Amino acid sequence: MNDTKFAGNGILIKIFQQDPIPLAVEIECQAGELLALVGPSGSGKSTILRTIAGLHQPKTGFIQCNDEVWFDDQQSISIATQNRHIGFVFQDYALFPHLSALQNVVVALGHLNRKARRARAQVLLAQVNLKGLEYRSADELSGGQRQRVALARALAREPKVLLLDEPFSAVDQMTRRKLQQELVILRRNIKIPILLVTHDLDEAAMLADRLYVLHKGKTLQNGVPAEILRHPIDALVARLMGHSNIFSAKIEGHYPEQAITRILWHGLLLELELNDYFTIGTKVDWVIHPAHIIMHRRGRPSHGERENPLHGVVKELLVLGETSIVSLQIKGDDNAFLNFKISTHSASRNNLEVGAEASVSLLTEGIHLMPCYR
Amino acid sequence: MDTTALTLSLKLAFWTCVILFPVAIFFGRLLAWRQFPGKAWLEALIALPLVLPPTVLGFYLLLGMGATSSLGQFYFSLTGHHLVFSFDGLLVASVIFNLPFAIQPMQRAFEAIPTNIREAAWCCGLSRFESLWRIELPLAWPGAMSALALTFAHTLGEFGVVLMVGGSIEGETKTIAISIYDRVQAFDNHTAGTMSAFLLIFSLVTIGFVYHLTYRRRRSES
Repeated sequence: MNDTKFAGNGILIKIFQQDPIPLAVEIECQAGELLALVGPSGSGKSTILRTIAGLHQPKTGFIQCNDEVWFDDQQSISIATQNRHIGFVFQDYALFPHLSALQNVVVALGHLNRKARRARAQVLLAQVNLKGLEYRSADELSGGQRQRVALARALAREPKVLLLDEPFSAVDQMTRRKLQQELVILRRNIKIPILLVTHDLDEAAMLADRLYVLHKGKTLQNGVPAEILRHPIDALVARLMGHSNIFSAKIEGHYPEQAITRILWHGLLLELELNDYFTIGTKVDWVIHPAHIIMHRRGRPSHGERENPLHGVVKELLVLGETSIVSLQIKGDDNAFLNFKISTHSASRNNLEVGAEASVSLLTEGIHLMPCYR
Repeated sequence: MDTTALTLSLKLAFWTCVILFPVAIFFGRLLAWRQFPGKAWLEALIALPLVLPPTVLGFYLLLGMGATSSLGQFYFSLTGHHLVFSFDGLLVASVIFNLPFAIQPMQRAFEAIPTNIREAAWCCGLSRFESLWRIELPLAWPGAMSALALTFAHTLGEFGVVLMVGGSIEGETKTIAISIYDRVQAFDNHTAGTMSAFLLIFSLVTIGFVYHLTYRRRRSES
């Protein structure tokens, strides 16, 4: 287990267990890096954070933070939570309800002498924009303010790693955006590994340097958010990343001279950038991000309209404020649907409505092939 | 008013509370947060005094603390006195028959503290003892107050077990409840009435105090 040498400034986590939930993960997070763990409920995200904090003991595992081994089943090392120096922001903040905001932070300043604690707590609360609210108790604070107290308390110990367990899930959308921005600013001055557990893919993509996509206790893929979003390794990752345009097709041919590969999908030939990893005739899954689906403007040429033009009928049109989601049934096949977003303004300018005919182009650079396991 | 009996009852109730308080914290936390084999049986054992006739409990305590029992012999070797029919024996019995009154409110109070509050305390670097002292006990104090109030009131009112284990020795084991019984037997209804009224009002105030704390806690939780 501990054969891997880890010399970096950061944290290395290896957890292998069957109960209470199966987990088989290896995660590395460097100092100053913000790593997001994403995946559906039950994928083990929160258990990973709890294991790092020492609140859960896996059967087999190894955790090293900087040069300290916190857990190693082989050497029977298990450092108590109190001695791991972690900062933990719980999903519902877990503020001490009988204490004021200031006292909540003071509790975590045991490493300072008594006189210095109060002043330091005030500085930390000011850092999270809570100046003037120091003496309010937890139930006199709004959700966003509680989250800030929880963050100040987590940072008070000068932690070696910061663990955030869905820290923005219990606040409204506006507060969430504000808190996310504050975290981005705050992390400039924190040179420790930060692990964020979230359900929200937009949040993960916006805040994280790297993502770990988890499913049933296993890491399916890890990497830079944009890379995972554009190039998921398989249909499951694509689905977990929120893709709705995931299809199966067959490789029709590779054309190196034109630098393209053609796939056969519902009787249509689609072109994409040359990808000869898959042999001709192989069944593959493919995905396209809605940003690479371009709707043709009526009567006017559109950018990229020569790339994989498709015609269809609008089956559904959901207006969500300034954005509309279109579900287009491809002509000639009742089972082929493409989903994409356009601005509500464009939808109305193009007289887009349910039953209307529309044409789109699939940009060749946006079609990504994945192995098909079915 | 039999002030000797009243003083003895108050002394018994006070020492019962002093001894049971840490015991209730220990078992209250254990039962609230730990899962272990035989937990249901331990809870049942603690709850027994609630359902057993006091005479049955008194009978077994009498056997367990008697001169021939190992506890009785151990006590005799230490003090040169017998445990039964003494204040100390009464105190041991009182601690045992008050176990559910002290432990159950503490257990409920600890159960009401969310697990992640305790975990947050550990993440803040607090040791288990600091977490108990600075976080858990302040949050569980309504439960602790309930436990103490119920134990105190129940000790003042207990009759059957006290009679079985302590008899009715003036200044040693004759509590206010026994004294009321004696006064009625002696047709001294006036004194019996005064003492009964005292116990009635005291118990009402105690239970009222406990309910008040419970409602306050519910209000603060909501």
